[in-house]
Amino acid sequence: MKRHVRFTLEEARPPRQAVLSAQELPGDDELAPRLRALLDDAFADFDARAEPRAVMVELSREELEGVLDGLTGPGPETVIGLVYPRGEAFVLYVATLGAPLCDRIGELFAANDLGRGWMLDAVASSAADRLADLLAARLEDELVGRGHPAPRVLPYSPGYCGWTVRGQERLFAQVRPEDIGVTLNDSCLMTPIKSVSGVLVAGAKEIHRFRPDFDFCRECRTHGCAARIGSVHRREGPHLSEDERWTP
Amino acid sequence: MDTLIRIADSLQRGDDAQVGTLTAEALAAGIPAGDVLQKGLIAGMNLVGEQFRLREIFLPDVLLAARAMYAGLELLRPRLAQEGVPLRGKVVIGTIKGDLHDIGKNLVGIMLKGAGFEVIDLGHDVAPEAFVDAAVREQAPLIGMSALLTTTMVRMKEVVDLIDSRGLSGQIKTIVGGAPLSSDFAREIGADDYASDSATAVERVKSLLGVT
Repeated sequence: MKRHVRFTLEEARPPRQAVLSAQELPGDDELAPRLRALLDDAFADFDARAEPRAVMVELSREELEGVLDGLTGPGPETVIGLVYPRGEAFVLYVATLGAPLCDRIGELFAANDLGRGWMLDAVASSAADRLADLLAARLEDELVGRGHPAPRVLPYSPGYCGWTVRGQERLFAQVRPEDIGVTLNDSCLMTPIKSVSGVLVAGAKEIHRFRPDFDFCRECRTHGCAARIGSVHRREGPHLSEDERWTP
Repeated sequence: MDTLIRIADSLQRGDDAQVGTLTAEALAAGIPAGDVLQKGLIAGMNLVGEQFRLREIFLPDVLLAARAMYAGLELLRPRLAQEGVPLRGKVVIGTIKGDLHDIGKNLVGIMLKGAGFEVIDLGHDVAPEAFVDAAVREQAPLIGMSALLTTTMVRMKEVVDLIDSRGLSGQIKTIVGGAPLSSDFAREIGADDYASDSATAVERVKSLLGVT
């Protein structure tokens, strides 16, 4: 079943410290006034233009296999190929912050207003990642409501950890996020650019563990997987309000 | 204080209005545009780049300085053309096909412009042919490629191979960068150089193009 989600700005807006930390900047208290002003401007721009929303499609393991078939290598040769057989529930998603915010970032760079453009981009990147986390938290809440004991949900995305970006085509064919304004180009990249997509995999926290010794791990220097795996073991998590924002 | 030193000082503080005012003053006083560029704007950006490399300032500080640089450069550009002052070299940059992560690439472009290079920015999701075509069309001796994804970085080799197959090896050099890359990877695909960050990229580009 396809469902639409609208987030409030309060939900989507990332913590200031998260934005600063991602840029290796000092905390708010130690920040130079001119940099604090950039951050204030960025949040004001974000609040004025962000249109955070998402589409989700829950599917069975067999249906997910159809989405992944031939795109992740045989069996557990990729992270998603290893994880999904151990999962209990699966939801494809596409989430976006909308075109006006992305247009604003482009305008600032085009006008050589580089500091403001950069800071708004940083706020938007943190917010886009946050949308996937919010969806994961929402699915956890739902699964608890359905009687699942302590489900832990993580998002996995095409283009990362061995899942080819071509996987976007099948994901988009299932989710059809055009109605929230997200499209795919011939390189399988999303427009608006501050959009995220993937599959939420739910299960016991142990299902998300893996050893980072895949072929592609040798080339990876970001190692974001460690923080992701760690997060399901200590998650208090972004918690959505109980307001029902699903639309038919 | 000497006007050019004041330009460099104002640029370091990211004071774009003051850089514009002082640049106009310098030109009105008859200082050659080439001197304003080299001893004012580029001198200031070199100091900013060094401070950033030493982690004495933060990235947004560099960007504020770059904006100030552009404020001066806009005033200088017509005069530089009149005086026949060449920029330090031309570089084509872009994020490789299939990858949309262009913040790192943008930063390299900003730093290169700040160092006096002309930058042809092809954006993100750039096909190998587009890189080579642009370098030929623009007569640029260097292509800079960026990737954030392990799944897209492999396509950089297509650009290197294309340069080779078109008989342009030696005429067009390549430099690569991005979070998952390494100097080993650059060597494997036959790229001429690798830069781990934007400040290093400027130094490596200078070296590749023989610019001091």
